[in-house]
Amino acid sequence: MSLSNENIITVKNLVKKFGTFVANDHLTFEVKKGEIFGFLGANGAGKTTAIKILCGLSYPTSGELSVAGFDIYTQREKVKKNIGYMSQRFSLYDDLTVFENIRFYGGIYGLRKKEIDSRSHDLMQRLGFESARNKLIRDIPLGWKQKLAFSVAILHNPKIVFLDEPTGGVDPITRRQFWDMIFEAAHGGITVFVTTHYMDEAEYCDRVSIMVDGRIAALDTPDNLKRQFSAPSMNEVFIKLART
Amino acid sequence: MKRFNGFVIKEFYHIFRDYRTLLILFGMPAVQMMLFGYVLTNEIKDAKIAIYDPSGDVVTRKISDKILSSGYFILERNLNSVDEIDPVFRQGNVKLAVIYEPGFAQKLEKRGKARIQLIGDASDPNTANMLVNYASGIISNYLISMNSEKVPIQIIPEVRMMYNGELKGVYMFVPGLMAMLLMLISALMTSLSITKEKELGTMELLLVSPMEPYQIIIGKVFPYVFLAFLDACIILLLGHLVFGMPIMGSIFLLLLESFLYICMALSLGILISNITNSQQVAMMISLVVLMLPTILLSGFIFPVENMPLIMQVLCHIMPPKYYITIIKSIMLQGNGIEYVWRETLILIGFTAVFLALSIKKFNVRLT
Repeated sequence: MSLSNENIITVKNLVKKFGTFVANDHLTFEVKKGEIFGFLGANGAGKTTAIKILCGLSYPTSGELSVAGFDIYTQREKVKKNIGYMSQRFSLYDDLTVFENIRFYGGIYGLRKKEIDSRSHDLMQRLGFESARNKLIRDIPLGWKQKLAFSVAILHNPKIVFLDEPTGGVDPITRRQFWDMIFEAAHGGITVFVTTHYMDEAEYCDRVSIMVDGRIAALDTPDNLKRQFSAPSMNEVFIKLART
Repeated sequence: MKRFNGFVIKEFYHIFRDYRTLLILFGMPAVQMMLFGYVLTNEIKDAKIAIYDPSGDVVTRKISDKILSSGYFILERNLNSVDEIDPVFRQGNVKLAVIYEPGFAQKLEKRGKARIQLIGDASDPNTANMLVNYASGIISNYLISMNSEKVPIQIIPEVRMMYNGELKGVYMFVPGLMAMLLMLISALMTSLSITKEKELGTMELLLVSPMEPYQIIIGKVFPYVFLAFLDACIILLLGHLVFGMPIMGSIFLLLLESFLYICMALSLGILISNITNSQQVAMMISLVVLMLPTILLSGFIFPVENMPLIMQVLCHIMPPKYYITIIKSIMLQGNGIEYVWRETLILIGFTAVFLALSIKKFNVRLT
């Protein structure tokens, strides 16, 4: 895949403190347009904090940030229109049907009725969900929920989609299928920012950054990282980094 | 605006698909009305009494007739000896015993004095007290009418109870019930529905979307304004049609004040949902911190004037107290806004304070 050199996310010296605890310690990185950017780290390394700041769910203590070409302090509204977000809980409304969920999320992004109808039709055909259109979310399997949550997050054609541990709790086959959806979205021009702690998934990313204790300990393509740490897999890279 | 509509529709789906929510919204007001209306009454009606009349003369019969025709009492048994008094109380039906002394009329004639003993079942002290009072009232009325020609000077107190001539309990509990139910529905339901989104993680998605936080909150709260208002109307209608609660003043003003009170309770609900992220805590706070004070400290059941000073002070920071004062004033006395503007302002003040606190809290949470 050819990556453009255009930066879609730039972060300079991002600091986030909770009292005296420093969750993000001077993070500096760029994400290129169209790439799948992996944001790795152990639990508590500060991944979720950073993703929340990038999505506008939380304010940074200091630092310069631009997302989708807009400043997150002064152009929050424009940032919000251009991003999608999927949390690790596949948040959908249990007591609404598949279609009602799609319609609701399309609605709050200001999509028109026609757009919602045609996009939800495409989406359900692609996922093979036509039979489940009018089923309540609580009655469909977890794997379907996950796929639907992702499809809903990119329903409004955002420039960037943020995925916060999108594969937690699902089986390996479903995980693999889910990554196919991510590739497809990236192929369609959506930049994917994904956090995970499955190291095999790191191999699927164009570039990965590895966080340790609130700092970025390494950032490069998976191949370069493996070479740099002379490790056979990303798992080894991660263990070497975490030990030092 | 279209976004907002979609949001409200979704909120109605949540409500109408959850039968528990529906039950609380519409079942509870009706059930509470019936409970308070028929069970929790402090009026005396058809209390069972026993009479021991060894004298059996004209005077005692007349007194007994008066007592029994008052509508408060019905005769359960005529006793044949003093020994039967204790067992008849023990059986539990009889609440009051009336005992004449032997030769009642004769003694009254000769000495101008005769004795009646009233024995109440004080295992329920309030009822016993009331029954004894009613009965002695009837007896002394009879004596006054009997002696009116003989006694040269008399002072006859003529008592009139304004605004609730028959001292009906319904006049007290309808306003109290409205205050309690509207508070419960508004504050509890909104705080639950907001914390539910937090628990599910859907709140995050909403906050990431282009919707403004205030739009989210208004969208969530709006259906409950509507439903709580509907409930207010149901309670008023039931109170009016089933229990004969009068509405002397302007219905428009009454509904307006109820709307204000609902807004106050909703902003309290928003505040609660900002304090906590869990539905359970929200429910605990709503029930313990809101319900009990609403029942105990609002003048709903216990008069505020009889409480110790510190409790009275507490009562004055309870919003339901003001609402109850307002609607009693409108419904029973037929007063207009010129009599209740002070309480209205206080309710507006409460609403403003709760909303301001919520907004401040909301901002803190986002940093």
